[in-house]
Amino acid sequence: MASRELTFRILRYNPETPDVKPHLQDFHLNEEPGMTLFIVLNRLREEQDPSLRFDFVCRASICGSCGMLINGKPNLACKTLTKALPDVTTLMPLPVFKLLGDLSVDTGVWFRDVSLRTESWVHTDEVFDPDAAEEKMDNELAKEIYEAERCIECGCCIGGCATANIKPSFIGAAGINRVARFMMDPRDKRTEQEYFEVVASEDGVFGCVGLMACDDNCPVGVPLRSQLAYVRRKMAVAGWHMGRGR
Amino acid sequence: MNDYDLFVTDVLIIGAGLAGERAAIEAASQGLNVTILSLVPPRRSHSAAAQGGMQAALGNAAMGQGDSPDVHFADTVKGSDWGCDQEVARMFVDMAPVAVREAAFWGVPWTRVTMDKRIYDGQEIHEDPKKVGLITARNFGGTAKWRTCYTADGTGHALLYTTDSMVLKLGVTVHDRVEALSLIHDGDRCYGAVARCLRTGNLRAYSARTTVIATGGYGRLYGVSTNAVINEGTGMAIALETGKVPLGNMEAVQFHPTGLVPSGILITEGARGDGGYLLDKNGYRFMPDYEPKKKELASRDVVSRRMIQHMRAGYGVDSPYGPHLWLDIRHLGAKHIETNLREITSICRKFNGIDPVHELIPVRPTQHYSMGGVRVNKHGYVYGMKNLFALGEAACWDLHGFNRLGGNSLAETIVSGKIIGEKIAEFTKDALLDVRSSLIDQHVHDQAERIEKLRAKKSGTADVFRLRHEMEEILREHVFVFRTEAALAEAVEQLHALHVRAGDLRLRGSGLGADPELSAALRLPGMVKLAYCIAKGALARTESRGSHFREDYPKRDDENWLKRTLAYWSYEKNEPVLDYEPVVITELPPGDRGYGEATSGPVQKK
Ligand SMILES: Cc1cc2nc3c(=O)[nH]c(=O)nc-3n(C[C@H](O)[C@H](O)[C@H](O)COP(=O)(O)OP(=O)(O)OC[C@H]3O[C@@H](n4cnc5c(N)ncnc54)[C@H](O)[C@@H]3O)c2cc1C
Ligand code: SF4
Ligand code: SF4
Ligand code: FES
Repeated sequence: MASRELTFRILRYNPETPDVKPHLQDFHLNEEPGMTLFIVLNRLREEQDPSLRFDFVCRASICGSCGMLINGKPNLACKTLTKALPDVTTLMPLPVFKLLGDLSVDTGVWFRDVSLRTESWVHTDEVFDPDAAEEKMDNELAKEIYEAERCIECGCCIGGCATANIKPSFIGAAGINRVARFMMDPRDKRTEQEYFEVVASEDGVFGCVGLMACDDNCPVGVPLRSQLAYVRRKMAVAGWHMGRGR
Repeated sequence: MNDYDLFVTDVLIIGAGLAGERAAIEAASQGLNVTILSLVPPRRSHSAAAQGGMQAALGNAAMGQGDSPDVHFADTVKGSDWGCDQEVARMFVDMAPVAVREAAFWGVPWTRVTMDKRIYDGQEIHEDPKKVGLITARNFGGTAKWRTCYTADGTGHALLYTTDSMVLKLGVTVHDRVEALSLIHDGDRCYGAVARCLRTGNLRAYSARTTVIATGGYGRLYGVSTNAVINEGTGMAIALETGKVPLGNMEAVQFHPTGLVPSGILITEGARGDGGYLLDKNGYRFMPDYEPKKKELASRDVVSRRMIQHMRAGYGVDSPYGPHLWLDIRHLGAKHIETNLREITSICRKFNGIDPVHELIPVRPTQHYSMGGVRVNKHGYVYGMKNLFALGEAACWDLHGFNRLGGNSLAETIVSGKIIGEKIAEFTKDALLDVRSSLIDQHVHDQAERIEKLRAKKSGTADVFRLRHEMEEILREHVFVFRTEAALAEAVEQLHALHVRAGDLRLRGSGLGADPELSAALRLPGMVKLAYCIAKGALARTESRGSHFREDYPKRDDENWLKRTLAYWSYEKNEPVLDYEPVVITELPPGDRGYGEATSGPVQKK
């Protein structure tokens, strides 16, 4: 059986040559069984253009490095099989994040900034006692925390979010999910009010317009819809408590 | 002189995986100024990919009852085939439970003991109601008790995200997308590193009182590996290239029994730990014939050999990618597979279009872990160079000897991060920052010159990518699970030729800025040196121990080989030279592992 010839229309941009405007370039390749975009892009680099820039680390949809727009939809390149693609595929870098070159964007810096702004760590005054047994936790709760913890910071939900695209300070679904992860964790002793300050603003949960593109776009299936609802509900209640307290 | 940015710090840690970050926390909590470098954002480090779990003798789970650091110690030493340093193993097993609990304190959502009904190997497990809510454990190969703590299917991910959250909290400086190219040293002491920014391609110098290598493993030398594509061993290479620092036991390479065919993506040991079987082309479960006691859960080196042995006997499944075997988890049931083994399910579906609830998974032994690495003493202090430490997979602390137990590596990262991190802090407080700027200049200049030469393309013939594939093939062909004199001699000869050619690369593109071809060209010579050390060490070691199996010397030989290989790079000879040191035995004298070829005879023909 003759294999399909695939065309990849890839955005090219090299910061070393700023006078060359970002443009699309066509590459051609014959399809092979079990081919993923990880295989495609590496072959293009090795065989056709050694300057092609893109990011892969785990190549197993675990590390979140390879988010890009594949025919306009944010997804992980490493887990995208060519079998599921048409003859011509457009590959663009994720918007919102700083473009480093071709398909490579600076998701790392963006997520670090959000983690710092939301203080995404367990806040406690207690000190670890190396001689004590661990505190007990119901396994169902551990599972719930893990569900939120599963976000791999790939940026797909950010790249596809209308608010994030126009508002650079918006922490996006991933940021709100991260806050949810700590909110449900009894080890984090932050109060309602403290969370309110972190997330109950136009940059946080109240900036979200609720169209849920993020939920469709998450490649690992973090339940973003319910996480957003959870945080919004908590913050509405917190706002009410604080209003009454005044 | 060349332009470069200079950064000054107390402690420079190269590598932001679990080992590097855990050590950073220790040093930063003691008030030291710490800077971490990483090829990628810290959370994308390869540690995130570990799914299975980490070993610590908590003894909470019913099947872990009666466990203790002593039992963990014995498993680790047997697993290592008596190649490990027993003093290190003792410190490690004692500290592992503390490290797990500390991680829990920081926020890791460890899976907990529940009273849910569970059947294992036909028997119902009855948990102790008093233990409900404590950290539970699963079964992993080569262990007497269920000891592997886990968070569903994402232990490494959860552990790395939590550890990194502490790094954030402490305000440690992290420079991601920065690659260390060489160590700044004067042949006696290390003063930091020369690095290249992978955003712009610009050179930088980091000057530090103490430098730490935590750069992970080198799996990608083999081309097909369970490792992430950034695991190219450059941290070990820059230590070797000082000409002073030895790499320990580089011939000790672990092959994981269940790499997915053809991509090499790992199917975690959790699959067999939870009760999965290995089947041959006839659908026959063959492991009990070879290993009646441990079956699929003998140590990794043993299972890998048995699988290849069985395929050689003609029982492999033919495929366009060569023969393989099957992993069968169907009998564990949809519910268990979809929750506890969800990552496997999604990998099979995504990458092979297979549903493991109903279908078999194609697997075969695949390069997985490097027991060898930068040789350090029990405090993590590097041999042969002052003010330099190493830990994690990049180091040969020597917890693993010739075979690492599943779950002992994640544990090593955070346990050694704690222990060695403290030593680093202690050492740095008394260390001076007295580097001559001419020394820094000179080391930056050397790297700038390499880059200029490659960009100028005046000389050079060898293509970067082609040379690299040649190296990968040599290792896969000749330095794999089964090894022989003839094949290894061939590998050594070919790698020497490759080493010479790697000094004569020619770029196809411009090599400007952060060009990826230039990055690859800068890494390759060091990678070939590592491959050379692996092959040469394997050729010299005329015995079989753990993962190093010589068909021409199939028995362990304690009389002659109860010793550790130290490979140095000799610039005079232009090749690695080997030295040896004794292995420290403090508690458990060499004996029978209780599984593997020494115990069970050759398989009867069916
Ligand atoms: C698929 C898979 C599953 C695994 N599962 C388990 C498991 O279940 N249990 C277990 O115990 N072990 C497991 N392991 C092994 C374990 O994950 C690793 O050994 C461990 O995570 C290594 O941690 P590390 O911190 O030493 O290195 P890594 O996590 O690999 O980190 C290395 C760091 O160094 C940086 N770096 C590398 N080179 C340079 C350079 N030149 N300059 C600057 N930075 C550099 C990288 O960016 C990275 O930040 C698994 C391994 C694999 C491949
Ligand atoms: S629901 Fe909110 S976070 Fe999600 S895409 Fe829409 S605006 Fe963005
Ligand atoms: S929530 Fe999902 S889509 Fe968004 S960054 Fe995390 S993993 Fe990616
Ligand atoms: S490379 Fe890790 S998610 Fe794609």
